[in-house]
Amino acid sequence: MRRASQYAALAAYIVFLAFPLVWLLSTALKTPQEMALADPTWIPREPTLANFTDAFGEQDLVGAAVRSLGVALASSVITVLISLPAAYAMARYRGLVNKVAIGWVLVSQVFPFILIIIPLFMILRDLELVNTLPGLAVVHVTFTLPFALWMLQGYVRAVPVELEEAAAVDGATRLRSIVKVVAPLLAPGVVATLLFAFISSWNEFMFALVILQNPDVMTLPLTLVRFTGPEGVARLGPLAAASLMATIPSLIFFAIIQRRLKSGLMAGAVKG
Amino acid sequence: MRITSALAAAAIVALTAACGSGGGGGSSSSAPNEPVKINFLSLAWQKESIAANKQLVDEWNKANPNIQVTYVQGSWDNVNDQLVTQFAGGTAPDVIHNDSPALSGFATDGYLLDLKDKLPAELKSDIPQAAWDTVTFDGGKGEQGVYGVPFLQESQVIIANKKLLEASKVRIPTADNPWTWEEFSEAAKTMTKGDTFGVAWPMKSPVNKTLNLALNFGGTFFQTGADGKTTVKVGPEEREVLQRIHDQLYKDKSADPAALGQGTADPLPAFYKGKFALLPAGVFLRQQVAEQAPDGFEWVTLPGPKGTSAQQGAVSQTLSIAQDSKHPDEAMKFIAFFLNGPNQAKLAKGDWLLPTSQSAAADPAMTTQENGWDVATASAKNLVVAPFLKVNGFDEWKSKVATPVLQEFYANKITIDEAAKRLVDEGNKVLERYQR
Repeated sequence: MRRASQYAALAAYIVFLAFPLVWLLSTALKTPQEMALADPTWIPREPTLANFTDAFGEQDLVGAAVRSLGVALASSVITVLISLPAAYAMARYRGLVNKVAIGWVLVSQVFPFILIIIPLFMILRDLELVNTLPGLAVVHVTFTLPFALWMLQGYVRAVPVELEEAAAVDGATRLRSIVKVVAPLLAPGVVATLLFAFISSWNEFMFALVILQNPDVMTLPLTLVRFTGPEGVARLGPLAAASLMATIPSLIFFAIIQRRLKSGLMAGAVKG
Repeated sequence: MRITSALAAAAIVALTAACGSGGGGGSSSSAPNEPVKINFLSLAWQKESIAANKQLVDEWNKANPNIQVTYVQGSWDNVNDQLVTQFAGGTAPDVIHNDSPALSGFATDGYLLDLKDKLPAELKSDIPQAAWDTVTFDGGKGEQGVYGVPFLQESQVIIANKKLLEASKVRIPTADNPWTWEEFSEAAKTMTKGDTFGVAWPMKSPVNKTLNLALNFGGTFFQTGADGKTTVKVGPEEREVLQRIHDQLYKDKSADPAALGQGTADPLPAFYKGKFALLPAGVFLRQQVAEQAPDGFEWVTLPGPKGTSAQQGAVSQTLSIAQDSKHPDEAMKFIAFFLNGPNQAKLAKGDWLLPTSQSAAADPAMTTQENGWDVATASAKNLVVAPFLKVNGFDEWKSKVATPVLQEFYANKITIDEAAKRLVDEGNKVLERYQR
C-alpha cells in the first residue's frame, strides 16, 4: 500500500513536470479552429503539421538554435572558467577585501537591468562587438558571473579545508592539492553552475534584443517572439511548434550533463 | 575534467560556426563602389503580413541594386526598449516600423528625422492630413515636424454573432447609421438571455480602447492651458464611456464579467461557443475570427457605436527614419516605394488593418463585404488624431496610472469619482516631470 502511494506520487510528479511539454506538443499539432475551442482537447482531433511548416518556413529556427547553442555553451564554459579560481579565493581567503568582494557580488545582483544595458551597449559598440555573437557571449558571461561566483564559493566552502591540510602534510603543493583533492569534490558544483549559466544564456532575450540587429546572427528567443503581436495576441500554433523545437537542444545538453552531475554527487558523498 | 574540455571545444566550434553563418557588423556605411545598405526594422507578425513585407523588400532590392534593404523583424512587445538602447548607442535601424504614440517621445529626444521636407509629393497627397496629424510632433525645440509616414490605422468595431444578433430582432447598424450608445446598451440587454451575455469587454489593457472610444463624447483626457502646460482632465465628457461600460457590467449585467480581465483575443473561444453576442474590438481581430471560427459559425462586423459623434482616436502604424541614419535620402526613397497605394493595400490586407492611402482604400479588396472589410474601411472616416498622441509623458501615464486605475474601476473596486481623482492627481505628477 505504501509502495503504491509512492508510485502514485511519483506518477503525479512526472505528469506535473511533463505538462508544459505535452501541452506544447498538443497545441503544435492542432488546427486554428481546435485551438480556439472553449473546452480544450488534449489529443488533437485532426492532427496537422501545418504549424511546423509555417514556423520553419517563416523563420530560420535551425540556424537560430545553432547560434543560441554556440553562445550558451561558450558563455557557460567561460563563466565557469573565470568564476572557479575566484570562488576558491573567496572561500579560502577570508579577510576584509574578501567580505567587500562578496558584498559587491550580492549588490550587483539587485541592479535593474535597464541601468546597465545602455552603458554596456556603449562599451560593446566601442569594442565593435555590437551585432556579433561573441559580443552577446561576453554580455552573458558578465550577466551570469556574479551568481555563478556565489554558487561556486558555496561549493568550495563545503569541501573541508582539512583535506587540503592533509594533502599538504603528505607533501602535496597547494596547486596539486587543489587539482587532485578539491577539484573532484567540486565536480557537482561545477556542473550545477554550468547548467545555471547555460540556461541563463539559452533563455536570455533582452540583451540579445538590443545587441543583435542583423537577422543572420539572431538567437532563438528573438526568433520565437516573432510569432507574437500587439496586446498579447499570438500565433499560438507556429509559436508552440517553434517552442517545442527550441526545447530539444537544451534537453540533449541536459541528458549529456546530468550523468556527470549524478556521478559527481556520488563521488563527493564517498570522499566527503 | 574531460567533459569540461569537450564542452569548451564544442563551445568554440559552435560559436565559430555560428559566427561564420552570421555576419555581424551592424553599420550600414558602405565603400564608394558598394551598394548603400539600409536596415529596415519591421514589426509584421501575421503570416500574410510577413510575406507581404518580405515580397516588397525583395522587389525593391531587385529593382535597386545600389540601395539594398535588409529586412529585420522585431516584435511589438519589446520594440521601444530595443529602440531606446539602440538610439542611445547610435546603432538604430535606418527605417523603423512603430506606432504613432511611440514617436512623440523619440521625436522630442531628437532620435527621429523630421521628414517634412523629404516627403515625395505623391506620397504626401495620397495620405489625408488627419493621418499626417498623428505623426506631427514637437521636435524638442518648439518646432513641429513630421516624424513618420502613417500607413495603417486601427479603428474599433463590434464583431457580432450573426445568429444571436438576428434572433434578437434589434436594428442591425450600418456604417452610415451606427448604433448610438443607448441602442448598443439596449441591444446588449436584449441579447442577454440565460447563460448568454449581450457583450464582452476584455479590459486587460483598457487604456487605448477607453480613450479612443471616449472621443465619441468629446472626451480628450488631456488639456493644454494658456501657459502651454498639459494636464489630465476627467470631466463629464471623459466619464461617459467609462460609466456606460461600467453600467453594462454591473447595472444592466449585460456584459460577461469573465472577459473583464482578459486580453483582446482571449474571449474568442467563449464567443464561438455563444457565451456572448457582441465583442467590441480593433478591426485586426477579424483575422483571428476568420481563421479560427468553427465551421458553421456566422459572424458579422458592425460599426462602433456613436455618442455625440462617431469619432474615434486614430493610432497609426508608421515608418520613420533614424536621425543617425547614414542614408536618409535612400531610406526615404524606399519608404516611398514601400508605402505607395498598391503596396499599402497589400500590407493592409496582410494585417487586417485600414490603409491611410486614399488610393489603397479604393482597392476593391478593401471594400468587399467578405469578412467585414466594407464596414472596417468605412470606419476610417471617423478616425481623428487622438489628443493623447501629442502628450509627452503619455506612455508613463498610461502604464503607471491609467492602466491600474481603469482596471480597478472596471472591476468595480473604486468609484468613478475616485478613478477620476487618481487619473488626474497621479497623472499630473507624471506629466509635470516631462514639462520642466
